[in-house]
Amino acid sequence: MKTAAKAAATNAFSARSGSNRLKDKIFSLVVWGVSLVIVAIILGLLALILERGATHLSWDFITGLPSEIEEGGGIGPSLFNSFYMMILSLIVSIPFGMAAGIYLAEFAPDNKFIAFVRICVEGLASVPSLIFGLFGIALFVEMMGLGLTIIGGAVSLAFLNLPVLTRVTEEAIRAVSQEIKQASFSLGATHLQTIRKALIPSAISGIVTGISLVAGRAFGESAVIILTAGVTTSGVMWDFNLLSPGETLAVHLWYVQSEAIVPDAQLISQKAAAVLLIVVLAINFLFRIPLWVRERKLR
Amino acid sequence: MIESSPAVQAAVQGQLGESMKSGSGKAFDRKNRLLFYNSTFKVVCICSAIFVCLILFSILIFMFRTGVLTFKTVPLTTFLFSTDWSPETETYGAFVFIFGTFALTALTLLFSVPLSVFVAVFLAEMAPKWLRNLLRPILDLLVGIPSVVYGFLGLTLLLPKLRDWAQVDLSDGILAGAIVLSIMILPTISRISDDSISAVPQKYRDASYALGATRFHTIVRVVLPSARSGILYAVILGMARAIGETMAIVMVIGNTPQLANALFKPTSVLTSNIVMQIPNVPFDSTWNYALYMMGFLLLFISLLMIVVIRLLQRKGASR
Amino acid sequence: MQALIEIDRLNLFYGTFHALKNISMKIPEKAITAFIGPSGCGKSTLLRTLNRMNDMIPGTQIDGTVSIAGADIYGKDIDVETLRKKVGMVFQQPNPFPKSIYDNVAYGPRLHGITSRQKLDEIVENSLRGAALWNEVKDHLKRSAFSLSGGQQQRLCIARALAVEPDILLMDEATSALDPISTLKIEELAQELKERYTIVMVTHNMHQAARVSNQTVFFLNGEVVEYSETEKLFSNPEDQRTEDYISGRFG
Repeated sequence: MKTAAKAAATNAFSARSGSNRLKDKIFSLVVWGVSLVIVAIILGLLALILERGATHLSWDFITGLPSEIEEGGGIGPSLFNSFYMMILSLIVSIPFGMAAGIYLAEFAPDNKFIAFVRICVEGLASVPSLIFGLFGIALFVEMMGLGLTIIGGAVSLAFLNLPVLTRVTEEAIRAVSQEIKQASFSLGATHLQTIRKALIPSAISGIVTGISLVAGRAFGESAVIILTAGVTTSGVMWDFNLLSPGETLAVHLWYVQSEAIVPDAQLISQKAAAVLLIVVLAINFLFRIPLWVRERKLR
Repeated sequence: MIESSPAVQAAVQGQLGESMKSGSGKAFDRKNRLLFYNSTFKVVCICSAIFVCLILFSILIFMFRTGVLTFKTVPLTTFLFSTDWSPETETYGAFVFIFGTFALTALTLLFSVPLSVFVAVFLAEMAPKWLRNLLRPILDLLVGIPSVVYGFLGLTLLLPKLRDWAQVDLSDGILAGAIVLSIMILPTISRISDDSISAVPQKYRDASYALGATRFHTIVRVVLPSARSGILYAVILGMARAIGETMAIVMVIGNTPQLANALFKPTSVLTSNIVMQIPNVPFDSTWNYALYMMGFLLLFISLLMIVVIRLLQRKGASR
Repeated sequence: MQALIEIDRLNLFYGTFHALKNISMKIPEKAITAFIGPSGCGKSTLLRTLNRMNDMIPGTQIDGTVSIAGADIYGKDIDVETLRKKVGMVFQQPNPFPKSIYDNVAYGPRLHGITSRQKLDEIVENSLRGAALWNEVKDHLKRSAFSLSGGQQQRLCIARALAVEPDILLMDEATSALDPISTLKIEELAQELKERYTIVMVTHNMHQAARVSNQTVFFLNGEVVEYSETEKLFSNPEDQRTEDYISGRFG
């Protein structure tokens, strides 16, 4: 009697919604499967680049001069140009980008003009990099008559990164809690002191992440460089002349693979791709290490 | 004793009132100096913000002024609708490239959006915590990988694979381009979608589960609809990147001005055609003007997408 | 009155935290049982074991049995979704979906396979009537649920729970986010609903427990201190701690 009642009762909650169950199972399975496969494919591809290229890397290749016809060319000047132009573009874009971001976060009154400035920043951030290249041609090559130069490429890159820095700075400063700001003001600090001593230190993690983002982008950008700095280097190492042609590593990777006639193009491009990847990943890591250290200290 | 510019003095009076004047002279000098820095800094910031706007407008004006010269010799209808791009006979029909850009973008979204949403759902709803904490930074790092690297992968790995698989002589074309672009924009779309799915309040999920919903139902009927505008934002952002991408495409698209009416057929899009041709043409030529007009078109499309995003955000905010 | 829910020597851990300690009780059918006690005493946790919402919190461990209508709900052949369909829940914060009023109520029935428009209309109307909301919203069912006031939203959530025809309704401090007038309406509604449903409510408001419930359970630090008829518990508590609590000496 009792067992019968129990059996009947058990049925009350047993699986009647069998098809729902099944759908749920299939869905979970598909999501897990698709996600893991995709991540594995992408990581596998990157690992392949590193494996193919990094195993053949030598110091001669990294610092050596490129060769137009014979094999055994290096990537020295291109690699140098990549770093040189990245640093130049950051020198130009960080002050402007941060100042504009601070203005939007801290000083800007809430009016139509500022809304317009924000749309401009957002709009500029969405402009394809190629367009900055075309703009660079018109400005530096045609108007100023400089030809394809390092400075033209670096400033075009800076323009490309300016809106990103502006937005990152604005968001990072906005995210700082109002209490910190008010505490600083209540101690009699001026607005500038508050920004310098309270807001920027609190927002630094976001700002540095943004800088590492644009630094990596400047290092790996190719379309802008091809149009404004060209596909050749001056052919010597450590050429700091701002008016030299400025082919970078990313451009070299494309150039060797698609246009060059050297017999070992395949090998050079594999090694160049590995170096490019390693440096970009390193930039992302290096910029963040001080932050991790700092976070640990604060904890 | 108080020697400062009238402007700063006015600012002192305006901001701090009379009471400050009774303070000791030394502190007051310091105060003046700070206020001077303060206002200078503010001016610098304003100028920087205006500078950013100025760049956008210079670009717009430059691109338009140069591009519009095309129409001195080429009729607008020819430029937009003709498939004949032969600079040697001064014929500049850009339809092939416009169509190529749209077809490539559509195909890319077809591949990448469903996959990205799966990855986003996985990250936000299913992955165990340790895996989530591992995958999120990895995807963020992938966003920063240079596009030329993806192009290189496409050229050296994907094209031969496609050739074998489809038994064609040339596998360059929009299919190869779309696969490369999909891999490129997948991290972007999935991370932004992931953030917007994670931002859906837990209480909606609780309510759904309490009604006897499975996880599948909860995600499909409640969570994804609530995160809709964020996902759409992610898709548009990915789309903008796909439309503007240049070097990854150049390496796998074939760079031939013929209509992309098949998946495996060398063709060209707006960006790839510009970058391949512009280094070799004189600045003051119709050819160059036509390339700038194509650039202006790209610019116009990407700004249009910002407007769409803005409208979406406004709609999202009013809801 | 017959016991519908039987809890026997239930222990619950969140990781190493012993949240519920050796709880045993019988909750009667078609009556209102109130859980009272200071915050963190385990009353909401116990409520959430009844529809297994605790399952979703990682690190939760359960020991002992909870049976509803004679079936061990933590047993092997239990379908959690079917259980939750039978044991509805209303939360502390009104949590309608960002959908229309109609779609909110129809969400549950659709989930469980009802697609006929006519049938859905009928369920929506009955549920909204059951939650005493029909007259206020019948002319704008297509409007967003967020257009309703807080009290209306909470009654919508009750309607949504009723739409899947539960036997038991769990109310987790369902009035704590509401104004006094809305609270009163929900309390009146609960009185009507107990004719058809078994109601278990958690409340931090002793007066509400005294006004509404038939049985009251007093919790302290994860243990049941006292469980009796509401009237008796409030007028003549057996345990000193219960008396201290209801006379406002702590909590």
